[in-house]
Amino acid sequence: MNDLLTVRNIVVAAVAGVLLILPIYAQAIGNLFLLSLFTRIVILAIAAVSLNLIMGFGGMVSFGHAAYLGIGGYVVGILAHEGVSSGFVQWPLAMVLSGLFALVIGALCLRTRGVYFIMITLAFAQMVYYVAVALDRYGGDDGLTIYRRSQFADAIDLSNKTVFYYLCLGVLFAAVYLVWRIVNSRFGMVVQGARSNDRRMRTIGFPTFRYRLACFVIAGVLCGLAGVLLANHTDFISPAMMHWTRSGDLIVMAVLGGMGSVFGPVIGAVALLVLEEALPYLIEFVGGIFTSQDITTAREYWQLILGPMLLLVVLFARGGIDGLLADIRRG
Amino acid sequence: MADALLRIEGLTKRFGGVVASDDIVLDVNAGELHAIIGPNGAGKTTLIGQIAGEIAPNSGRIHFAGRDITALPVHSRSMLGLARSFQITSLFRDFTAQENVALAVQAHAGHSFRFWRDARSEAELREPARAALARVGLQARADTIVGSMSHGEQRQLELAMALTAKPRLLLLDEPMAGLGPEESGRMVDMLRELKREVAILLIEHDMEAVFALADRITVLVYGRVIASGEPAAIRANPDVRQAYLGEQEATHA
Repeated sequence: MNDLLTVRNIVVAAVAGVLLILPIYAQAIGNLFLLSLFTRIVILAIAAVSLNLIMGFGGMVSFGHAAYLGIGGYVVGILAHEGVSSGFVQWPLAMVLSGLFALVIGALCLRTRGVYFIMITLAFAQMVYYVAVALDRYGGDDGLTIYRRSQFADAIDLSNKTVFYYLCLGVLFAAVYLVWRIVNSRFGMVVQGARSNDRRMRTIGFPTFRYRLACFVIAGVLCGLAGVLLANHTDFISPAMMHWTRSGDLIVMAVLGGMGSVFGPVIGAVALLVLEEALPYLIEFVGGIFTSQDITTAREYWQLILGPMLLLVVLFARGGIDGLLADIRRG
Repeated sequence: MADALLRIEGLTKRFGGVVASDDIVLDVNAGELHAIIGPNGAGKTTLIGQIAGEIAPNSGRIHFAGRDITALPVHSRSMLGLARSFQITSLFRDFTAQENVALAVQAHAGHSFRFWRDARSEAELREPARAALARVGLQARADTIVGSMSHGEQRQLELAMALTAKPRLLLLDEPMAGLGPEESGRMVDMLRELKREVAILLIEHDMEAVFALADRITVLVYGRVIASGEPAAIRANPDVRQAYLGEQEATHA
């Protein structure tokens, strides 16, 4: 029983708990921005969990993961623009197309290793980005407003912000559970073995390529679903949602939270995005203690603080926040 | 000769101008321990690489269990019963000993597109893994992360992994490398036990071990077979003495 009561498990439970009661709190204090912020956090956490499946467990550092967010989002946006608002069409199609894209680029990318893999995944993501920029009919660079969120007959109303938040949270928890099952299954053992020592895997009889590719596709489908949610959340799509810096953000979330664990990226997503919002205020507050001058412009330099924080985590906490927590012994 | 387990005919491999394998002819019978010796750079590891399927020969054929496997990929050869251990220990360092062996078991337990059940709790994988660990005397270390095990233990683990495949032929690339005298002695005992069950092709620098274990010895110098035969004959062979054994005795003196 004591095994369950570790600092890390308590934090994980606390994060999950906060995510669960957040809409109630937001409503109580009448802060709708908070709900919107956390919807975004939850959606990007899904993307980070999916990236972590291939990066943390499979050793495949994809620098183009935001492409799936774009594909998922554009399927919703384009279909909505063409008058198809049914979620029963949009969602499966977005996931299938994300999976197909992952299958094609995975078949090419997975023949490379290390830096080359990183660069080639980035290159493919940039291709998708520029395709979206070139789509004049769907707004090109300026993007496209979605006037109607995905419709699920009368089953669920996505335009209700609280309902939508809980749907996203449900998807996140399901994704975490799914990834947890996968990494501990035989399939997950093969993928992790290939990360650890691919050559040895092949000598003991595993055709590792197909397992790694399958893993790459699963992650793509999951991230495509996150793209569907993101488009529904912002009611808007644009190439910016799959800008390469977004792919970088997802990597940072996974690394910051901890790549060795399934829940790590969720902690990373919450930590990164909350810091992004909170640091400007913190700068203003701390600055206000030392000077009475107007320092609102200093708020823009929050990245000066975030950068070194990330550096410290990478240098001194290889397992990310989750790893740090796991190291803390009780008592 | 037709019933040899492994038969190699005219195997040649060139790396640029260097002929690493020069028209090699070799066979290993079932139930036999066949050792390959030769000075550094003789092309022993290149030969093993070609048999395992990691290196494609320029010409020649490899037959295993009555089948031409020259063109088969590594994992297919493994499925046919060809197991290999590496010269430089090649394990899953961030896995536990038992997870390492369980992976080797899993490789031969059907496809692994199974996404749901917890692999670590599957008796089908766990029991054979435990048995193989016990076989090499590592049962007490089952839950130790491999990266923190001693070199000798890692070599034992290599062997345990090769064994779980229930191989018909074991390719062992310098299993004694880096072992102390005591550990080497234990490894020799273990191999002597093993060769009752499985044919072994052994590459080894430790001459004492080779002459204690081998049924037949092939001597490789600059990619070429200069002698092949029973240990006594090899020991007496003047070419071998000059090319290899003498050389080594000279350096030992």
